[in-house]
Amino acid sequence: MAPWLAGFFALTFGPMIASLYLSFTDYDLFGAPEFTGLENYQRLFADPQFIQSIKVTTLYVLLGTPIKLAAALAVAMLLNARRRGLGFYRSAFYAPSLVAASVSIAIVWKAMFIDDGVVDRSLQIFGIELGGWVGNQNMTMPMFILLAVWAFGGPMVIFLAGLKQVPTELYEAAEVDGAGRIRKFRNITLPMLSPVIFFNLLMETIGSFQVFASAFIISGGTGGPAGSTLFYTLYLYIRGFGDFRMGYASAMAWLLVIAVGLITILLFRSSKAWVHYQGDSR
Amino acid sequence: MTTTQLPGGSAADGAPLQTVMPSRDDSHRLRKDAKRRSRLGSVVYHLGMLAVSAIVLYPAAWMFMSSLKPSSEIIGNVTLIPENGSLDNFATALSGIAGISFWTFFVNSLVIAVFSVVGVVASSAVAAYAFARIQYRGKKVWFALMVATMLLPFHVTIIPQYILFQNLGLINNFGALLIPKFLATEAFFVFLMIQFLRGIPRELDEAARIDGAGHVRVFGSIILPLLRPAMITAAIFTFIASWNDFLGPLLYLKRPDLYTLPVALRLFVDQTTTSDYGAQVAMAVLALIPVMIFFFVFQRYLIDGVATQGLKG
Repeated sequence: MAPWLAGFFALTFGPMIASLYLSFTDYDLFGAPEFTGLENYQRLFADPQFIQSIKVTTLYVLLGTPIKLAAALAVAMLLNARRRGLGFYRSAFYAPSLVAASVSIAIVWKAMFIDDGVVDRSLQIFGIELGGWVGNQNMTMPMFILLAVWAFGGPMVIFLAGLKQVPTELYEAAEVDGAGRIRKFRNITLPMLSPVIFFNLLMETIGSFQVFASAFIISGGTGGPAGSTLFYTLYLYIRGFGDFRMGYASAMAWLLVIAVGLITILLFRSSKAWVHYQGDSR
Repeated sequence: MTTTQLPGGSAADGAPLQTVMPSRDDSHRLRKDAKRRSRLGSVVYHLGMLAVSAIVLYPAAWMFMSSLKPSSEIIGNVTLIPENGSLDNFATALSGIAGISFWTFFVNSLVIAVFSVVGVVASSAVAAYAFARIQYRGKKVWFALMVATMLLPFHVTIIPQYILFQNLGLINNFGALLIPKFLATEAFFVFLMIQFLRGIPRELDEAARIDGAGHVRVFGSIILPLLRPAMITAAIFTFIASWNDFLGPLLYLKRPDLYTLPVALRLFVDQTTTSDYGAQVAMAVLALIPVMIFFFVFQRYLIDGVATQGLKG
């Protein structure tokens, strides 16, 4: 307990309070923090780059998370069969989720999706001309979403473990009643899996807000082209550690905490309507 | 697969056939049909799964193959197999950056990863023991706060932490990266271990306590050995996370001779103005090798560790 308490106060709770205070100040690391009240927050909402970073991040969370989870669930259901070679598939699909956020993969992604790179050229064979990916502001978001979806293995493994817990008698009973695949999926799999779906949704949503390394590497730390990869955390980094506007960045950090907190509360609230816990009536 | 002639001989398809008592010919034909169908299903299934595997593994294959190609063959080329394969890219990558050897970065990464593992495993185990086994006031509140920190975006703490470590003179010092690991700040692993400890019968350590063993002894000689599986999971994940970490070393390590591999990689990408993709990708491969080794050796622990975490969450 003692080390956790020390860590909690020195490195989590204390810094949170400090960052809340700093968010009301003008602080460049060198002089003393100068109290400016709500000025940082007012400036933020008048800052077009800040608005852009919210747009980029929201789009990424709203598109990337559901696609990734759908892919994870679909593949988990395929892996829930009794077939040979499942161990191989499971490992092969899981591996990317360990490295997707690394600088190495960001470099590989950039090299694959660079204009006229392997992805571009491969699509051209099929007559698809997209006008590049890395240098095309309309295609950078699909590229980042593909990177997120590629790492579907993490939630997939959790879905798979959840599917193994669904009693097979339920499916057998439904078959006797003449239920087809779609009905079985809607009426048994989804409700039985809802606690796991909730867990994955919460974790992946929170995780999606925090993409950094890949955005930093692929855009060269700029968030370009045309701000299309200016993810929230990248902009926070640019303001805080690029321009040393620590107060401004702290205000951003607190808005992120509030946003994530609100989304968590909303998800928990909504979960009462759609998450079914087995054996207890919470 | 062998085809058996006797009715009821094969376990999977035989049962329903026996109950309706079909003629010997009928049952034989039915079973053959079912088998053909399941074999066809199996082929379709594996073809589908191999297609998914190919898509998922393609970036990895492309990475390895490209690391053997000259840069001119990488961009604007769709063939996977190198025409003029060579290890030149690896030679360039290993020769280092800005006069600093690749191995310096490698050793820096390794030192930080190893100490992170020690710190996270030790401090999380102690914290988990305290949460799971010691009674004290306000424990529920602390526990709720601990779980809440799992959901907290770490960006809110990073600026004050940076200021704190700067004032402590820990810029350009591995301490800034390692101290948090020794203070159980990775709530995820504390939580994982608490869940694991809940599965260990209390009677075990309570008996020892009655025999006069203190918390230190109970923890050391009873809990720690039993906690081993959870500790291994935490250790493997910590190693990989620390090895891949970019933001921490980017903030705290400003001297190139202290860089870890991810920060060195970024420097390398920035410096190769001519876009030497071959060498960049080769260096990316080298930086991933320890993670890949860890994955192959410990994949079962990794995958099961994730699975239990998700279910108990």
